[in-house]
Amino acid sequence: MEDEQSFSDIYGGRLALQRRCYSPSCLEFCLSCPRITLRSLTAVTCTVWLAAYGLFTLCENSMILSAAIFITLLGLLGYLHFVKIDHETLLIIDSLGIQMTSSYASGKESTTFIEMGEVKDVVINEAIYMQKVIYYLCILLKDPVEPHGISQVVPLFQGGRRQDHLCIQQKVSLGDGGILASSGRQKVKDTFSFFNLMFSG
Amino acid sequence: MVLKAFFPTCCASADSGLLVGRWVPEQSSAVVLAVVHFPFIPIQVKELLAQVQQASQVGVTVLGTWCHRRQEPEESLGHFLEGLGAIFSHKPWFQLCRERGSKSWSCKATHWQGPTSHAASGEDQVMLIFYDQRKVLLSQLHPPAVLPDRQAGDTTASAGGLAAVFDTVARSEALFQSDRFDEGPVRLSHWQSEGVEASILVELAKWAAGPVCLLLACLLSLVSAASACRVFKLWPLSFIWSKLSTCEQLRHRLEQLTLIFSTRKAKNPAQLMRKANMLVSVLLDVALGLMLLSWLHRKDLIGQLADALIPVADHVAKELQHLLQWLMGAPAGLKMNRALDQVLGRFFLYHIHLWISYIHLMSPFIERILWHVGLSACLGLTVALSILSDIIALLTFHIYCFYVYGARLYCLKIHGLSSLWRLFRGKKWNVLRQRVDSCSYDLDQLFIGTLLFTILVFLLPTTALYYLVFTLLRLLVVTVQGLIHLLVDLINSLPLYSLGLRLCRPYRLAAGVKFRVLEHETGRPLRLLMQINPLPYSRVVHTYRLPTCGCHPKHSWGSLCRKLFFGELIYPWRQRGDKQD
Repeated sequence: MEDEQSFSDIYGGRLALQRRCYSPSCLEFCLSCPRITLRSLTAVTCTVWLAAYGLFTLCENSMILSAAIFITLLGLLGYLHFVKIDHETLLIIDSLGIQMTSSYASGKESTTFIEMGEVKDVVINEAIYMQKVIYYLCILLKDPVEPHGISQVVPLFQGGRRQDHLCIQQKVSLGDGGILASSGRQKVKDTFSFFNLMFSG
Repeated sequence: MVLKAFFPTCCASADSGLLVGRWVPEQSSAVVLAVVHFPFIPIQVKELLAQVQQASQVGVTVLGTWCHRRQEPEESLGHFLEGLGAIFSHKPWFQLCRERGSKSWSCKATHWQGPTSHAASGEDQVMLIFYDQRKVLLSQLHPPAVLPDRQAGDTTASAGGLAAVFDTVARSEALFQSDRFDEGPVRLSHWQSEGVEASILVELAKWAAGPVCLLLACLLSLVSAASACRVFKLWPLSFIWSKLSTCEQLRHRLEQLTLIFSTRKAKNPAQLMRKANMLVSVLLDVALGLMLLSWLHRKDLIGQLADALIPVADHVAKELQHLLQWLMGAPAGLKMNRALDQVLGRFFLYHIHLWISYIHLMSPFIERILWHVGLSACLGLTVALSILSDIIALLTFHIYCFYVYGARLYCLKIHGLSSLWRLFRGKKWNVLRQRVDSCSYDLDQLFIGTLLFTILVFLLPTTALYYLVFTLLRLLVVTVQGLIHLLVDLINSLPLYSLGLRLCRPYRLAAGVKFRVLEHETGRPLRLLMQINPLPYSRVVHTYRLPTCGCHPKHSWGSLCRKLFFGELIYPWRQRGDKQD
């Protein structure tokens, strides 16, 4: 069962959320981030090369131009491989755990798997970004030492940088603002219903 | 909870038989380790499983049946497989089935209530998770899951779900020793069925390692006994050994070699990795040292170096003399106190003259010494670099002396000034209370104190300038030595074996697992592929870093600036066992 919806992030870029349900115990959410635009690429390249040309007219050394070309190439490769996230996938498997995969524009994939036994809760955090309040989903992990403590807060769908936090324009009505689940199957159902609420309307 | 069945990919093409493995009730998961093929005698199967259970402390049982059929299901086979459930009773009883040549799998798990009440048997949803048995067997999870000691009854209180799977496979080596091609009573299929892996070289190396280790351990113990003898503990020698970084490096290497070639086996994988890292580090060091040696000898650089050393030392001395002449004049337009200037300048000039005389005395022996020092490069590049650092320290010994003289003078002056400044304001330092108290002085005391204060204040620029110049020179030498030490530390501490393992066999160092959903058809069980998520390089270096000599500067930038301002002596690295000055 597949479902696709599109939204916009706080900078106006297009985001697409795809939902797939493989079985009653396995769900996948795939969020595609805005692509790198030709305009921004051209702007950065032109800036770097104009600056290099300016330096060249001052110093009369042609190494500066070659260096500028290398810097542009290496910078672009580094950006595509380490910074620019193409899409993020969240796979929820009942009674096994939650897997988050980030695929970068160069094809690199980085995966984290959190076992269901380590997950304490799935909550929505509010954050104030400039003049807006944005909401993001995160997972609370149990502390092995203290039974009621939280060892780590793992945000989902980070998109690499602050710029790509999802901004929910609609009102989200969630009661106490969190999902309290008792066992694995219930957690999966509630997460699915939460996503329904979050991305509908 | 959904039932999970961990199935090895190597058994996906095996013939029909019984599923053998471990059932983890806390996670409702069954870890299948092998498939027992027909024909078999149930008693022999039970005996084999009891043997394996005793040898490996893992609760291995028969979990269910595996059916790899050709076209249509055969009725007799179906009843036969169900009948096996009565012989090997296990709750839940798994029945995995696969059609030959297609990707459709079916799996059901039944709970037997008893032979009389078939109608009460329930079926549960099962999730199939495929894993590569060989990779899971060989990999280590980081951080290592601490599993409680097991008894034969297989009681695990709180094992993390996936860590239990890894642990089960790793401990079941006893099960993987016999194969379906062996002549034994029971024929098994597991990862070794694809071909038993072994290497002649590895086996020969293991066999030869014993006597070689013994021999080298004896040699190394002789060397350490010789170096620990009483002669070296006498005062001048022990002082020199403690100051030279070469001796520290040699001692470090000796310790490492003793650990590598010790006859005790490594107790856990971390110790084994550490030994391997040390061995690779030593080998690389020696290889780089030999390359350096061959390069030096090919170009006859040692002779050139020896010829160039005396002129360089002369040149440095001449530059220092020029510097002192400049200081004795009007440096940077500042007006110095002529008398003090002349005294300090002449004192340092005489010192340089002494130093040059000693260097010239040594000049006939320089080439021989350098040649023997160059030979030490075959002990390793780190030893050669340490020797270079020590040579720099020895050749710039006069700069160190000047720095000490300048710093002591300046320090005395600063202390005198601060004490007389307090007198000037009518206060004094109370040693008992460790604070500044007011005090009434006599007129004589005030008069002399103020006079001395004025003298010291007006002599301050001269002393401060000498101190500044020589401190800068000393800091320059310290920086060069620091860079060399940094390089030595890098070679000493980098875990090259672990990095190589991460590059070539990434499944050995696992940070976790990752799942991939395989082709899914409605009505069929969900199939996942479990793969190993390798450890990132930064964590590999962080986890397996070797301990170094530990000669790192102990103070922060703030305390360094404070010491410089007050003229206290700076010792950039403290070797182990040094006394504080």
